Order: sequence, then C-alpha cells, then structure tokens
Amino acid sequence: MVHLLVEISRFTLIIFFAIYTYDCFAALKPKISAKRQRRIYRRQTALLFMILFNAYAVILAVTMDIRILLLFAAEIVFFAVTIGVYQFFYPNASRSLVNNMCMLLAIGFIILTRLDLDKAIKQFIIACAAVVITCFIPVIVAKLKGLQRLTWVYAVVGLAGLAIVAVAATPEYGANLSLKIGPLSIQPSEFIKIIFVLFCSSMLTISTEFKHVVKTTVIAALHVLILVASKDLGGALIFLVTYLAMLYVATRQPGYLFLGIAAGVVAAIAAYFMFAHVRTRVIAWKDPLSVIDDAGYQVCQSLFAIGTGGWFGSGLYQGMPNKIPVVSKDFIFAAISEEMGGVFALCLIFVCISCLLMFFNIAMQMKDMFYKLIALGLATMYGTQVFLTLGGVIKFIPSTGVTLPLVSYGGSSLLASMILFAIIQGLYVLHMNEGEMHESIKKKKRK
Amino acid sequence: MKASKRKNENNKKLYDISMMDLDDASYEKSRKGQGKRKQVAGKSNNREFAVITYFFLALFICMAGYFIYFITVRSEDFINNSYNARLSTLSNYVTRGRILSADGEVLAQSFTLEDGTEIREYPYGATFAHAVGYSVNGMAGVELDGNFNLLRSNSFILERVIKEIKGEKNQGDDVVTTLDVPLQQAAYQGMGQYNGAVIALEPSTGKVLAMVSKPDYDPNTVAADWDQLISGDSTALLNRATQGLYPPGSTFKIVTALSYLEQNENYGSYTFDCSGSYEVSGYEIHCYHNKAHGQENLLQAFGNSCNNAFANVGLLLNPKKYISLTDQLLFNQPLPTKLSNVKSSSFTLTENSSSAEIMQTAIGQGNTLVTPLHMAMIAGAVANGGELMEPYMIDHSQNDQQEVVKQFYPESYGTIMSSDEAAVMEEFMRYVVTDGTASALNTDRYTVYGKTGTAEYNSNKNDNHSWFVGYARDAYGKEIAIAIIMEGAGSGSSHAVPLAKKCLEAYYR
Repeated sequence: MVHLLVEISRFTLIIFFAIYTYDCFAALKPKISAKRQRRIYRRQTALLFMILFNAYAVILAVTMDIRILLLFAAEIVFFAVTIGVYQFFYPNASRSLVNNMCMLLAIGFIILTRLDLDKAIKQFIIACAAVVITCFIPVIVAKLKGLQRLTWVYAVVGLAGLAIVAVAATPEYGANLSLKIGPLSIQPSEFIKIIFVLFCSSMLTISTEFKHVVKTTVIAALHVLILVASKDLGGALIFLVTYLAMLYVATRQPGYLFLGIAAGVVAAIAAYFMFAHVRTRVIAWKDPLSVIDDAGYQVCQSLFAIGTGGWFGSGLYQGMPNKIPVVSKDFIFAAISEEMGGVFALCLIFVCISCLLMFFNIAMQMKDMFYKLIALGLATMYGTQVFLTLGGVIKFIPSTGVTLPLVSYGGSSLLASMILFAIIQGLYVLHMNEGEMHESIKKKKRK
Repeated sequence: MKASKRKNENNKKLYDISMMDLDDASYEKSRKGQGKRKQVAGKSNNREFAVITYFFLALFICMAGYFIYFITVRSEDFINNSYNARLSTLSNYVTRGRILSADGEVLAQSFTLEDGTEIREYPYGATFAHAVGYSVNGMAGVELDGNFNLLRSNSFILERVIKEIKGEKNQGDDVVTTLDVPLQQAAYQGMGQYNGAVIALEPSTGKVLAMVSKPDYDPNTVAADWDQLISGDSTALLNRATQGLYPPGSTFKIVTALSYLEQNENYGSYTFDCSGSYEVSGYEIHCYHNKAHGQENLLQAFGNSCNNAFANVGLLLNPKKYISLTDQLLFNQPLPTKLSNVKSSSFTLTENSSSAEIMQTAIGQGNTLVTPLHMAMIAGAVANGGELMEPYMIDHSQNDQQEVVKQFYPESYGTIMSSDEAAVMEEFMRYVVTDGTASALNTDRYTVYGKTGTAEYNSNKNDNHSWFVGYARDAYGKEIAIAIIMEGAGSGSSHAVPLAKKCLEAYYR
C-alpha cells in the first residue's frame, strides 16, 4: 500500500508542479487581466500547499516518524504566515516572487527531509529566522536613501570578510569557505556577494569615467583574486560575471564586456594549467566514467541518479540519492531529479528562469541608476549561481561546487538568498509605490 | 477599492512593457509622462539590460535542452554502469523479465518458489552462456546490457496497481534479442571440444545473430560453480568473442590487401613469383607447408593465402598509410558497439619498424592481436559496401502483452573503406571460395565470401589457431558476416571452414 502511494505520488507531484510552472509564465502573458492574474497567483499558492501535503504524506507513510507530522504542520504555518505577511504589509510586493521563493523553499524542505531529517529541521529553523530578518528589508530598501553613500564601507567589509575567510577558514571539499564560530559555521562569502553588488552599484552610479572605472575594477578584481586564492572557483566566477554585467550596463560600452570576457578566458586557461584541482574538474567533466574511482565519482553518481530516475523519477525513498557526495548542498538537484523525476527537475529549472526574468524585468523598470544596477547585479548573481550549480550537476559544464539558492542545505546560503529576494522585493515595492504616486498626481492634474 | 484596481493595472502594465517586449522603443514609450526622478545620464534605455537578459535566457534554454538530451539519449550509458547500485533495488518490486531469441524462444526466465526466492532458469544451458550471460555474482551478456529493461515493469497499469495492493511483485519487461537459435546451436555444437569463439552479425544492421565462446559454463549453476569459475586457471567466464585477443594469421591479409588497393590504383598489375620461401635482409618467410605457388597476381596470392607474396606486398606499402588504414579500421581503439566488455585490437607497427616486423605483420603474425568480433565487423563492412554498422544484441524490450516498450535501432558508425575498395575486396574474398582455401563453402544456395587463417601462436609450427572470416549472401539478399576461431585446431581450411559451413547451413535453413 505504501508503495502504491509512492507510485501515485510520482505522478501527482509532477502534475502539481508542472501546473505551477505553467502558471509562472501564464501570469506573464501580455494583456492578461488583473483578475485573472490574481486567480493564477492564488492557484499557485494552493499548488504549493498541495505539493507539500502530498510529499509529506509519502514521507510519513514511508518513515512512520511522528516528527515528520510536526515538521509538516510547522511548515504549513510557516508558509501561510510568510505569504500572509507579504500580502498584508506589502500589498505591492510581487506575488509571483513570493510564490516562487516559497516554492523553492518547499522543494528544499521536502528533499532535505527525505535525505536527512536533522538537516531538514535545522534548515527549517534557519528559514524561520531568515523570514523574520528579511521581512524588514523591503521597508529598509524603500525608505533608506543613504544606501548609496556607503560605497567604501561595502568595499572594506567585503574585502576584509573575504580575506579573513581565506586565512582562517576550515577547508571543506578542497575550498576554504566556512568560518567556525562556536557551534556555528558560516560562509561569509554568501553575504559578501550581496555587499559586492551594493559596492559596484554605488561606484558605477557615481561615475563611469575611465579613471573611476579602473578604480572600481581594481577593487572588484581583488575580491575575485582572494576567492581564487581560497580555491573557491565557483565563487570567483560568480563575482567576475556579476561585475562584468554591471560594468557593461553602467558604461554602455561593449568594449569593457569583451575585454572582461577575454580576461576571464585567459584566466581560466591559466587556472587550468596552474591548478591541479581545476584540471581534475575538467577531466571529470569531459569523461567522468574514465575517472569514476576518484575525480569523476561525484558527477557519475549524480548522473546515475538522474539517469536511473528518468523522466518520472523513482518516487520518494525509492532511489539512492545519499550515494552522491554532498547531495544536500551542491548536488541537491540530482536528488530531486532522481526521486521526483526529470520532468519535475525541468520544471524547477523553469521556475528559476521565471525568477530570473522577474529580476531582470525589475532592473529595467527601475528609474534610478543605483537601484537599476542593484537589481541587475543581484539578478546576474542569481542567474550565474543557478547556472553553475545546475550545469555542474547535469555535466553541462564542469562542476564548480556552488549551492542552489533557497533549495540547497546551508544556513548562510539560505539566509543570503532570502536577503537577495527581499531586496528585489524592496525595489519592486518602491517601483510600484512610485507608480501609484505618479498616477495620483496625474489624476489631480486632470481635475 | 479604486486604489487596489489602480495597483493591479499598474502591475499589469509592468509585465506588458518589459517582460515581453524587451526592446528599446517600448521602454521609451513606457517612460513618457512618468515622474522625473534622478534621470541617469540624460537618455536612458535598456538595451544593455536586454542583452544580459537574453544572454542568460539563452544559457538556461541551452542547459534545459542538454538536460532533456541527457535523459533521453545519453543516460543509458550511465544507467547500466556496474557502479550504479540503484538497479538492484528495483528487484524488490519487479520479477526479472525474460530474455528471448529473435523469434521468441525463451533463453532466460525467472520463477518464484513458494518460499519467495527467485530462480533464474536458462533452458538452453551453456549454449547461450556468453551471449545471454548470468545475473548472480555480478552480471554479463544480455543480463548485464539489458538489466535496466529487465527490471522495469510496463504491464497493464491496473494490473500493476492490483499487484501493488496485494504486495506482489510485478512482471518485468522481456528483452528480445537479435539471436538466432538454430544458428547459435550449430555454432555451439560445431565447436565440439575446441576452445574458441564464433560471432555472427547481420552486416546491414549490426545485429548479433550468434555468439559462442568456449570454454563455457552453465548459467543455471553459476552461483554454485562460482569458486571454480573464478579459480586461477579457469577462463570459462571470459567471452572470447569480444574479449579474446588472437593473432589474426592470414585473415589479416584482408587488411594488408585493402592497404595495397588504397595505395595502388593499378593493383591488377601486381605479380609475384612464389618459390615457397622469401628472404629479405636475413629474414625468411615460408608459405604453409613450404608450398611454392609460382607466378601469381594479387588476387591469386590472396586466394592461395600466399605468405611470401603478402610479405612482399607489406614491404611495398607506405608504412604511414598502412598504419593510418588500420586506424581507420578501428585497431587500437574501442570498437563502436553497445555490447559491454569488448576489448580493443592492437596493431603495433610504426614507421621505424624493421622489414622483418613488416613482413610478419603483413601476413598476420607479428604483434597484431584481434578479437573475433572485430574481424566479423570488418567482414560485415565489406559486405555492406564499406559502411560499418554498430553491433548490438538487444532488439527491443516488451511488456507481458508483447507491446514494444523500447525499440533499439541499427546505428551506423560510418564508412571504414570506400565502396570501390569494398567491391574489389568482395571479388578477392569470393575468389578464396571459388578457387582458394575455402572452396568447401562453394554452393549454389548462397554465395560465400571469406578468408581463412592459420595463426601460429607459439614457436611450434604445428600449433595453429584455425580461422575463418567472411560473409554470405543469398538470392533474397539475406546476409550474414561471421568470424570463427578454433584454438589449436590446425589450419583454417581443415576446421574453421567446415564449422562455417555448418553455421551457414543452419542460417540458410
């Protein structure tokens, strides 16, 4: 009987999530009525709860662990409150983004519960704290005008933070990423990513003259170099791409972009010949089966998982995702694809795309250059990170060891991702409020 | 009420404008009449933003495309890997499916005893041992290559649900092979007490029609016999058809002759006077039984399997081009096939090799080692006008209602020799049957083309592997390519050719 529930849920979960994903894009159709849009968002919220209910029913049936029930109840409350808070306090917030944030969190909760209940509980607690912290961010972004003037504070905090990590961090999987403070292990680079975007936005808003650009580039390059020294290549790449995109948009000169890309290519080739760990990653990407006993092991396990799961997945608890090293963090996408199905995983990619489009859209909508650049920087950062992690897991590109925002296990990654979403929400709210203000002014004039 | 409506209109506008139309014009339009707040650099348009957006969109679409490609096309290479521990869990819910011959004969099937243990039965015993393989203590053959298909159940959905509720196992899908039972039996029985291998392919598709390797084992008792099978001196588990590396002997003259055809347009004018032995810089070659073949052209030398003439041909070849031809014929590289556990043949001649080495290599002695599968593939390519089809043994999988679940199609590797060269080689190989060492295969019912081989494998000139490599075609176009090796049996004409006769009689039954 339990197996039957598992089997049926393989398909129902996919159907729910496919409808949800379709709705993400259906809501973006031009000329859609506001009423219909609202209905779509309500349906998305309903699907979120249906997916949670369905998945936790399976997990409970298989494990018969009473803690699952408590966790499920707590998560239902959590999502209801989060969505409620945004609706009540930020009626102008993007419901699409709220839904997507909650959906990504929910998928993370589900797969983490299946992989390791203790980790899932930890992740849930951090998510609760993160919602409390980040629910003030949209107000701060909208009200605080001084954010732009803190240019050098961002630079100092960012560089100092990265430097401390590079020196004092405990190595994990070959890279120096996390700082241990008592029982806590934090990854400062996750937060410095956001500070870095603030720094670049601020600098590039002030001026885009050549001398100034050089100054900005030097500081940005320092960030990247420290990360390379810490062997955090994924992180270095994210910072680099983000900076190049922001520089290009701010200066409107493709020359900088091409120069940057050329420099990046040269650096990548140099890294390939200089560092053994870069070479092994590339070999593991080109032919993972040939080095399955060491460098290719992780990617092979990931591909076994995705391949064996196929389009419809093995069903929760029917696969062996725990055979993949670091499955709860960098390779969580493989676990999702294995047990919930390739269709589900593909939908997840499209939900990430819809988030990304939303981010870029907001960047275009903003009028103030500083805000435009923040939105663009965060969007690029999110896009690059998602691309690196998903691409690495499915062997589209060499694996770089970065997390999937909001889904992967890890407190720092989770909190930083939620801050990122909250800042974007803040910008969105700001834009909508302006629009309203403007509308009312127009009305008065007409009278 | 009104406020909220306005908000929604605005909301709608936001999407209208930028999400779907990322171009400048519409943005400019949208800006008109909007409140002025800190305008950036006078004019502001979003072209750069659109570039970045489209760039990421393209990147993600490519990635999603690759993901789809991976699951539909590439994933099979990974699923069936022996490191993939996942498949074994499927057997908790599924009774392993049957393995069938091309015409539906049962080659392997599973029974569940009353105490719940599952028994795998192989009705033909050792006859199909290496082709079908085993599925205890690891896996081999079709049991390995079709493992995923055998452990999937695609029976009628309601039936599956009912069994699920009852807590019973579902019936796994059947795997239908390309194997031909009478042909396999003829090859197996024809091997008699000799060790060796027979592999038969359909040239136009690459379908494996028969695969015999001896010594063999009884797949019904593999678990019980395991210790003995893996003991030091037993090679029964080795599939000689795909993994056995043998000196090719005179069958390699096919390759040498092809190289000569490629390098000399007027190959027809080649002549050699065979006096039974041939010496160059102190190294002497002999023909079989020191026979003197007298004056002969290339065709006659091929038909007589004249060592002296081919040693001479070898010396006339441009070594660089000779090496690159063997490369083209897939020596020293993995063979293109879906079969697992296949070894690569080796050809070690270099541009600096001595004339003695070249003479030996040209007649198939020297350091060259080939698998029977590889020789059958080369013969198949000649039959197929130069195009090589990748060998495969699983035709399709089907559910318990005989509905096809997964069909495997023939795949072409490409051409490994020109159609002109293949046509000339066909003429040469036909001459071997009409006027040469394989004349026992000449019949009216079908046309045979081939090359015999007598390969020395130690210093005793009387210890020889008996080879036959060739193909046949009947009036209806039904074709078969075959490679036979009988270890230590003697000359190709005396043992491998009669076995080939038995196989062809069984195939054109």
